[in-house]
Amino acid sequence: MAFASRQRAPSLFSSNPAGSLRTVLLIIASIALMFYDHQRGSLEQVHAALSALVYPVQAAVNAPYALVGWAQEKLATHVALVRENGELKQQELVQAAQLQRLVSLQQENDRLRSLMGASKEVPGRVVVAEMLGVDLDPFRHRVILNKGTADGVYDGQVLLDAQGVVGQIIRTDPLSSEAAFITDPSQAIQVEINRTGLRTLVVGTADVNTLSLPYLANNADVRVGDVLVTSGLGGRYPKGYPVGVITEVKRDPAESFASVTAQPSADLTHGHTVLLYFPVEKPAPLPKPEPAVKQPKARKTARRSRRP
Amino acid sequence: MRISQPRRAYWIIIVSYLAALLLTIWPVPDWAEPFRPAWVVLVTAYWCLFLPHRVGVISAFIVGLLVDTLTGGLLGEHALALVLVAWVILRLHLQLRVYSPWQQTITLVLLMLLYTLIPFWADGVLGYTGHAVARWMPVLTTAILWPWVAQVLGRLQQRYQVS
Repeated sequence: MAFASRQRAPSLFSSNPAGSLRTVLLIIASIALMFYDHQRGSLEQVHAALSALVYPVQAAVNAPYALVGWAQEKLATHVALVRENGELKQQELVQAAQLQRLVSLQQENDRLRSLMGASKEVPGRVVVAEMLGVDLDPFRHRVILNKGTADGVYDGQVLLDAQGVVGQIIRTDPLSSEAAFITDPSQAIQVEINRTGLRTLVVGTADVNTLSLPYLANNADVRVGDVLVTSGLGGRYPKGYPVGVITEVKRDPAESFASVTAQPSADLTHGHTVLLYFPVEKPAPLPKPEPAVKQPKARKTARRSRRP
Repeated sequence: MRISQPRRAYWIIIVSYLAALLLTIWPVPDWAEPFRPAWVVLVTAYWCLFLPHRVGVISAFIVGLLVDTLTGGLLGEHALALVLVAWVILRLHLQLRVYSPWQQTITLVLLMLLYTLIPFWADGVLGYTGHAVARWMPVLTTAILWPWVAQVLGRLQQRYQVS
């Protein structure tokens, strides 16, 4: 009996105005958080604390996958290992042969650039990072990496894989970091069409296999199969890395811009490891790196130029 | 005897929330991704319904912030959505308790619409568009799962005498 009355009293309490006041305060707090989080940088400490709090959850979810990988490594049969070794040796031979050509091309390129008075390109170095096996918001193409500020990862760092540009780091914590793929709707990347040198902007879409090039004029020289490489403009992505291949060009005479889509070169859906790119000298931090605002800004300028 | 009970209660509530958070980021095949139920809503709904004096808007807020951090969303969007859901349930918990599971499922559809609307709206403001239909799929999957989740949590609550 005493138990029942004890239960009833708080129930009445929960529907009195004090509960509503608390709710209103929490609603205001949530909206304030969203507002300040949108303006990057002002909530770094809160983010760091919350990330540290949820890291065990992420690690726990990742654990079975890490375990399966470890077990596969340990239990691999001798035959399979020998076969894989043979395949890798063959692959290495092919790549070494290609590299020879690349070295001579690189030297020729350097010579030509020095003739033209252009500055020499500086290569960077890369470090391998692994994606944690966790699913994030399905409407954003983001991943958690197992390297953080302790490994020298910094905000805005570029991610590559064997085939091309993957994306960039958008948030760093001591032990992990969050990266956005180039296909994330908030991302835009400066590219040039390799065949013609035409510079344009590639933006992410909602689809992980599609990139969009919304700012190409209807009469632009672009064809299906053209390779897009980073132009190095904007100072974020290094120059000359493949971004994607044009898959579709639709020209509607009624529109001033062609509708062009591309497929990312990097394998964004399957791979488990990515390369963190360290330039020889770290670029000066851009004023207020705000990836989410990049796209609307670019749109605004495009709209402006669309007007006669 | 009565003093030891609340301590037990916290543990089972926390474990249920941890399970919900694990399931929120558990990797599933790409085709199943849009159908992923909002596990935290199910757990929050259950505890707000049957233990309104233990779990309320503040726990909903905290769990919402954890969801935002886990899924890489804007900090506060799921917190706001979960607070609203918890508040509605707390307001109506005496009515909702006597509903049949079927009626509770329909109520959960409405609550899930509310829960989905907030991040949808926040993403719209941020310029994230597309996948409009896929975004609303969890409304159905979550509501359908309600009777089973309520039963499992009910058994746990009885077994460990959470109150």
